[in-house]
Formats: sequence, structure tokens, C-alpha cells
Amino acid sequence: MSDPGLSAYLLLGALLFVCGALCMATKRNAIGVLIGVELVLNGANVNFMAFSWFNPTFRVEGQIFALFVIVMAAAEAAIALAIVLNFYNNYTSVDVDIAEQLKG
Amino acid sequence: MTLTQFLFWTIAALTGLSAIMVVLTQNIVRAAAWLLFTLAGTAGIYFLLGSDFIGATQLIVYVGGTLVLVVFGVMLTAQGPFVNMKAGAGDWAVSLIVGVALYAVLAVSTLLTAWTGEYPEPVDERSSANVIVLGQALTGIREVQPRTVLAAQRGYTRVSYILPFEIVSVHLVVVLVGAAYLARARRRTSRMPEGVGG
Repeated sequence: MSDPGLSAYLLLGALLFVCGALCMATKRNAIGVLIGVELVLNGANVNFMAFSWFNPTFRVEGQIFALFVIVMAAAEAAIALAIVLNFYNNYTSVDVDIAEQLKG
Repeated sequence: MTLTQFLFWTIAALTGLSAIMVVLTQNIVRAAAWLLFTLAGTAGIYFLLGSDFIGATQLIVYVGGTLVLVVFGVMLTAQGPFVNMKAGAGDWAVSLIVGVALYAVLAVSTLLTAWTGEYPEPVDERSSANVIVLGQALTGIREVQPRTVLAAQRGYTRVSYILPFEIVSVHLVVVLVGAAYLARARRRTSRMPEGVGG
């Protein structure tokens, strides 16, 4: 039924992962970094779902892991945005280069 | 080209292009908009992979919840110079090289691996992981065929995900209380010194 094969899905997941990693590395806006994290988690989820489809013994487990990842991503977005808003209140900026107070 | 192939390549192209545009665009509002298309395309991929429940959850939680959260964050913090924050040309060159190299490594290792079970059997109604099977697995009602000798001696085994489910639930409550505590409205009592604030 699913003709494209496992490798096609894994390549899509890898593309999402690389885009997220690059997004985390290049964006100076803290919310841009958060968007990158979301992309990375989505790439991992695509892999989970692909393996759950192509490996019948992993069918339920892959979907449950994907559900846990989705919940974790929601929690992470909430706490990260709270931190970003607090940072913005203190510094009136969301530039991650400014957050260097902990630099040793 | 079958319908499944056509759907997969269309949705995958849309998702991949949107993900690349998230990286390339400098405007944070546009990045959030491209992220919307990426998440919706990922939901389409989940539908193609035969799990309608996860696709619907992706649409509801990600597109409906997390993305709205991100857009609110953008709106609350996007003022003038923070909408467009450009990275330097050197940063772009380095990140482009690193990204292409990383993707090459992942793609080559994916294509060179001999994956077994490449073409799955068509699933029947009972074994497809619909919401009933997922709920049974989460609460530990689902019985699975034992695969090891030791488990086969005891008969059917039950695989339960109720402990991770509880941990995730408590985690979500703690995180949301913490987020509400961190982001609560309060008067700024003392500003940071100018030297620290940059």
C-alpha cells in the first residue's frame, strides 16, 4: 500500500532534522531557535511513524512514542516561551547573543 | 505512479520546501508561517502512514496549540529590530557546509542500510493501530503474542505504557504550572544596568 518505501520517509525525517539543527544554529531570535527545536522533534516523529508503519511489531509502540514526543514538544514550547518572555521583560530583547550573563 | 506515491511525493515536497524556507527566511513571522505548513505536511505524512489518530493529534496539538503559542511569543516580542535579525555571511557559509555534510551523512547511511520489512503486509482492521488499540496499549489491556521462549511459557504477556503515561501527565502539569509562574505579569522593579543589558 505504501509504495515509497521506508528510505523515502527516513530521508524526509532527516531533512526536517537538518533544517531544524540549522535553524537552531543560525537564528539569533530566541523564538527562531524554538522553531528549530520543533522541526527537530518533527523529524524524529516522522522516523518513529515510518518505523511503526514498516515494522508491524513496532506498530503500536511507534505511535505511542510519537504521542509522547508531541506532548513533550508542547510542554517544551510552553516553558521556553515563558523563559523568552521573562528574558524580554528583563532585557527588552530576544537576541540570544545578549544572554551571556552566565558566560564564564 | 500510484495514488500513494503521488500523495507522498507531493506532501513530502511541500513539507521539505517549507522546512527549508523556515531556515532561509530572516523574518521571524514568516518563519512561523512556514512552520505552519511544515507541521501540516507532517500531519499529512502521518495520515499516509496509516495512523489517523496521530495525524489528528499533530493537527490539534501542534498546529492548533504549539504554533499559536509560538505566534503569540512572536507578537509579544517582535518589535522593530527583532523581527529581522540577520546572521552574518560567514555564519551562513559555515552552517550551509555543516548542514549539507550532515544531510549527506544521514542520507548515505539511510540508503546504504538494508532495511528489512521494506514492504509491509496490508493490515487488517484489528491489528491496525487505531485509537482503540492505542488506548488499550496505554492502559495495559492489550495482549501481545509472546516472542521469547521465557514469555511463551507464561502465556500471553501484557505490555503497558501506563507508567510513562502517568509520568508524562505529571510532567505536563508541572511544566504548565511552572510556565504560568514564570510568565506571570509583574511590574519590573529594577532594570538591569545598561552595561549588562547590552
